[in-house]
Amino acid sequence: MDVVLLSRIQFALTIGFHFLFPPLTIGLAWLLVVIEWRGWKRDDPTWVRMGRFFSKLLALTFAVGVATGIVMEFQFGTNWAVYSKFVGDIFGAPLAAEGVLAFFLESGFLGLYLFGRGRVSKGAHWFSILMVAIGSTISAFWILVANSWQQTPAGFVVENGRAELTSFSAAVFNPSTLPRFFHTVDAALIAGAFLVAGVAAWLLRKNREDELARAALKLAIIFGLVASLTELFPFGHIHARQVAHTQPEKFAAIEGLYTSQSAAPMVLFAYPVTPPPELKAKVEIRGVLSWMAFGDINAPIRGITDFPPENRPPLWLTFVSFHNMVVLGLYFIAVTAFGAWRIRRGRLWESRRYLTLLIVSIPLPLAACQLGWMAAEVGRQPWIVYGLLRTSDAVSKVVPAGDVLFSLLLFGLLYLLLGVLYVYLLVREIRHGPPAPAPAPASA
Amino acid sequence: MDLNTIWFLLVGVLIAGYAILDGFDLGTGVLHLFTRDERERRVMMNAIGPVWDGNEVWLLTGGGALFAAFPPVYASVFSGFYLAFMLLLVALIFRAVSFEFRSKVDAPGWRRRWDVAFGVGSAVPALLYGVAVGNVLRGLEMDASGVTTTLPGLLNPFALLIGVLGLAMFVLHGASYLALKTEGALQERMRRSASAAWVVFIALYAVSTAASYAVAPYLFEHWLANPLTWVFFALLLASRIAGPWALRAERFGRAFIASAAATLSIIALAAEGLYPRLVPSRPDLANSLTIYNASSTPRTLTTMLVIALIGMPLVILYTVLIYRAFRGKTVITSESY
Repeated sequence: MDVVLLSRIQFALTIGFHFLFPPLTIGLAWLLVVIEWRGWKRDDPTWVRMGRFFSKLLALTFAVGVATGIVMEFQFGTNWAVYSKFVGDIFGAPLAAEGVLAFFLESGFLGLYLFGRGRVSKGAHWFSILMVAIGSTISAFWILVANSWQQTPAGFVVENGRAELTSFSAAVFNPSTLPRFFHTVDAALIAGAFLVAGVAAWLLRKNREDELARAALKLAIIFGLVASLTELFPFGHIHARQVAHTQPEKFAAIEGLYTSQSAAPMVLFAYPVTPPPELKAKVEIRGVLSWMAFGDINAPIRGITDFPPENRPPLWLTFVSFHNMVVLGLYFIAVTAFGAWRIRRGRLWESRRYLTLLIVSIPLPLAACQLGWMAAEVGRQPWIVYGLLRTSDAVSKVVPAGDVLFSLLLFGLLYLLLGVLYVYLLVREIRHGPPAPAPAPASA
Repeated sequence: MDLNTIWFLLVGVLIAGYAILDGFDLGTGVLHLFTRDERERRVMMNAIGPVWDGNEVWLLTGGGALFAAFPPVYASVFSGFYLAFMLLLVALIFRAVSFEFRSKVDAPGWRRRWDVAFGVGSAVPALLYGVAVGNVLRGLEMDASGVTTTLPGLLNPFALLIGVLGLAMFVLHGASYLALKTEGALQERMRRSASAAWVVFIALYAVSTAASYAVAPYLFEHWLANPLTWVFFALLLASRIAGPWALRAERFGRAFIASAAATLSIIALAAEGLYPRLVPSRPDLANSLTIYNASSTPRTLTTMLVIALIGMPLVILYTVLIYRAFRGKTVITSESY
């Protein structure tokens, strides 16, 4: 096996596993901002206990997120040294900014949030979870700045054998940063909402903690509905439009547009095959893609065959991952909309089947995140920096394939163990349920 | 002072900050490995429980800053130390999750296994950091593609010596921290461990300095002429005297400051010797990576400086406030690990 493929598999494995945790962290943190606010301002023990319960899930998730995140900070240097030297003048800065402006904030205040209840005022305690939420969101911003620069590089010039910064603001706010930031953070909110909704649904099915679980479920459904809707419009739409305008090869691949045409169709279902690029069992609507991407039903869009073969991303994986992500996104809207309708009717928790559906839906937002990232990163291939540096030219030259195979297997086994333990411990915490209410004060 | 020197200092500050903060976490982990009483082990873990994660961020930020300011150094050193780095990462992963995982299941076998994960996950980095620093100080074989020293080459006697020195430093610092945060028999044991660690640490430092002179004489080129050398040497000497005295007098806050000052001093002294090189090359020094030939552009260095000048004071401020919220002896509550 060659070192490029092994390094790519290792990166995909480590980032894929890592990215199971930050979305839950971000989503759960923002929900806890609301939950802890209610507990504090209303002085309501149900909300306080809800906060203490879900903070345990946050703690577990954050720990595995940090552990798997350390690897990422260093993997650019260990496995992609040529890349690091080429883009360091631009790419290193957002990573350093992420540390200075975000990691310290979220990690520092998480300690206060988890261990400071009773040691600091209730206002200060609420402030600490707000800082965790803000810190993790700022962290998402800076890492997306870095990744977006790979997708749509800007604010640089190539000189002295490397990319050199010409404008920090142009590099940071390159064409894809903001669309991807809003889309990714919103996805995290959906993930958090479905975790809370699913856990609350489980408590209700077991007829435990009815008051607390109903309140949590209601919050999560509303939160999840708003997040799911905005994820499609405007954020998903804006992001797809950005890809259409600035990353035409990726757009052609994810949408399955193989020949250039006007009135390009939106493909609802198909099975991509190559060679030559072709869609089997196609269900499509003519003109919709042109209209959505460029605001004009007759707008021409370049098909994948318009690009030289060596510049095309893998077609099957990008098409399948993108489309399944969209299907899941629509599912999230449907499930939360149904719940919201039920809330209006005052009958949210009466259908056991709906509660079961919510329970099994817990991991689905994470699946959607993985699929979206697959489309994004595989869709960028063969480039590690779009149009500038190919992935195959970017690996560390001094690291032999055998070493990478070793580390790949090591991480594979370790993450398998961590994954199993995480799920096991998460389920245990959920089964344990919220902490018991404080005993009533003895009468005088 | 030019931008490149400013960034040499800032990366140095991040490294020193990491050693002073996560240093006592690592030291606690090592001491934890040799503690028999289950309750004492729990107290030790909770002494660092609320702060260890924020402390570890100094490592991540240091790595990020190195990448931003000196990309070829980040790339060469990390790829050059590949297998050692992977070992370090696995250890740090085990340490990180051991906090959360340990107390979740009430079975002795489970807890013991995660105790070992915590201890080994702390000891391995405590040793490897020194090995890495030792190798950098000693110089690395490099060619156009990067660092070509292999793993056996990285485990040379000098690097291992610096590794053990680092380990002693972290154990000293961890014991000093625990003496401050605990009470009773545990505190007494930590006090005695710290006192013993002072002796070992200073002895190893003397040997290491002599060995450095033999192995990498270029480190001493400007050393004696530089006034900073005398400042940090004085600080090191002062802490060598103040530390054990404070431990005997049971002034544990001062003892902790002394071990922090000693940590800062030896890092500063090493950095001074290294300056302006970042990665000396062997056998020919001319191929060394320096703060001038391996840095980012002035625009990037300036932009990053602005971010650092805004961000780091904020970090110091709220970090101090958070530590203050946890001042006093470690107490086990229902929220504890």
